Amino acid sequence: MYNLIGAGLIVIGAGIGLGQIGGKAMDGIARQPEASGKIQTAMIIVAALLEGLAFGALILGQG
Amino acid sequence: MGDLFNDFSIGLFAIQTVLLIVLILLMAKFAWKPIMNSLTEREEGIQGALDAADKARREMENLQADNQRLLQEARLERDTMFKEAREIKAKMIEDAKGEAQEQANSMIKQAQEAIESEKRNAMAELKNQVAVLSVDIAEKVIREELSNKSKQLELVDKMLGEARLN
Amino acid sequence: MGIFQYRFRFLFLVSFLLCGSALFAQDAEQAEGIVDTKKEVDDYIQHHIQDSHDFTIFSYSNDAGERKHFGFPLPVIVWTSEGLVTFMSSQFDHNDNGEVIVEEEGLSFAKIHGSIYELEGGATAVNLDEEQHATNGDKVIDFSITKSVVGILLIGLLMFVWFFGLARQYKNKKIPTGFGRVLEPLVLYVRDELARPNIGEKHYRKFTGYLLTVFFFIWLLNMAGLTPLGFNVTGQIAVTAALAIFTLIIYTISGNRDYWMHILWMPGVPILIRPILAIIELVGAFIIKPFSLMVRLFANITAGHIVMMSLIAIMFVLRAELGVVGSSVLSVALSLLLFFIELLVAFLQAYIFTMLSALFIGMAVAEHDHDHDKKGHDGSDVEDVRGDFI
Repeated sequence: MYNLIGAGLIVIGAGIGLGQIGGKAMDGIARQPEASGKIQTAMIIVAALLEGLAFGALILGQG
Repeated sequence: MGDLFNDFSIGLFAIQTVLLIVLILLMAKFAWKPIMNSLTEREEGIQGALDAADKARREMENLQADNQRLLQEARLERDTMFKEAREIKAKMIEDAKGEAQEQANSMIKQAQEAIESEKRNAMAELKNQVAVLSVDIAEKVIREELSNKSKQLELVDKMLGEARLN
Repeated sequence: MGIFQYRFRFLFLVSFLLCGSALFAQDAEQAEGIVDTKKEVDDYIQHHIQDSHDFTIFSYSNDAGERKHFGFPLPVIVWTSEGLVTFMSSQFDHNDNGEVIVEEEGLSFAKIHGSIYELEGGATAVNLDEEQHATNGDKVIDFSITKSVVGILLIGLLMFVWFFGLARQYKNKKIPTGFGRVLEPLVLYVRDELARPNIGEKHYRKFTGYLLTVFFFIWLLNMAGLTPLGFNVTGQIAVTAALAIFTLIIYTISGNRDYWMHILWMPGVPILIRPILAIIELVGAFIIKPFSLMVRLFANITAGHIVMMSLIAIMFVLRAELGVVGSSVLSVALSLLLFFIELLVAFLQAYIFTMLSALFIGMAVAEHDHDHDKKGHDGSDVEDVRGDFI
């Protein structure tokens, strides 16, 4: 039960984080379309780091 | 976490490690190395060809610029030649005109001089003719006057009358 | 002519994928056959996620109620108290609850939830505790040629054949033909988009081989997991751990003086903070980075498989509510949708693993040609500044 609540919290946090990353990246691309390649790369790296953190927490929380 | 490590199979890990090492070594030796070398070689070839094309284009541009310059020079030279020719022509015409004027002037002058001298000659001859005629007339008149005595006297008188003795 | 050929090939590819998805569903349907309840679905998924000792493509129950398996057994190689013992997995007769005891070289073995136990001398049956672990047996070290090992071997062979063929093509001509035209851009992509920008112009050549191998290995195994063959290789924590440890070893060995300097004695911060930073950096370099690499790949692929299987299980679980046709249509539609997402994930995870590996290696070999004691940069070189941040 507590595991599930924890998993929910993790997913909320990760979702907010991913939303921020994606949104800011979109802003950046809209402002400088010529830099979209670099922005995408950086976005994927950060998203991957966040995802790793979230998965790590999920697995740790699973018991 | 417990499940995670429970599921962890040391045997599979070992096999995977060995297989991965073998795979990496095999791939590196027989696949990636020749592929990478060929790709690099090809890219260098392409780069070289592009560079050569670029160089050729630049040379062509230089050549064209040279041609342009030569053409420009030739055009300038032609222009100056034209200009000079025109000047020479103008000068020649001018000279010819001046000479003709001069010649005409001198001819007119000569003609005038000739007319003057003819006139003078004519006048001199006329004067001579008038003098001879006058003398002739005078001789005839005097001869008439002196044909008789009365008349001679009369004339002497008259002349004496005229020529007052002072 | 050419364009028709390509269009034909594209259509072929798409139809192959669709068939694959359909077969996958069909496979699960046939395999489950008797699976109806939520609990059974759960167990089936758990079973699929795990590695298995035999290669079963599908199984069904015949009219007599016997379970028939279509596939072939694989050799079991275990390291026991008496040394290496080898037998075929068919001896377990597809039993996974420890009910079948295999006697080999004077030892007794039982298989419980994919793990092989060596029973204590004289034991003729397995005693299980409440967590389904055997109490009268020890887990053996299992070097079996499991389904995952078969998958690794198959994909390794496939990679070798493809890329050796590509390498051989270059001997005769400058531009590859046929399938090589598909492979070459991928190789170039890994080299130019992953290796070169992340490692740096100077050092990337040394590591390109590793990155290319890892990229294609992960990608092809991920794709193999989407076929009806039911591989789940990159969803095995042992496999991803091995991959992550390779990256760890490579960037640890190739780390230069600056890298170790930044880990152990961070320049430019107060002396008192340096030991604390060193601990954080050490934990980061040796635990967090490889752990995140390992868990990310494992969790993504496992989650993908679980969701895929769950969507297929809609067919059975919701049969009562939606009817046979309704539940089947819903299940196939959803799983087809997920199939394409999973195709993307298969590539994305290979890409991220390779990119992060390249990034970590790049951080280890990055050259800081500026002195930290001198404040500020002499030239405002972009790469220089970037090197400072990563």
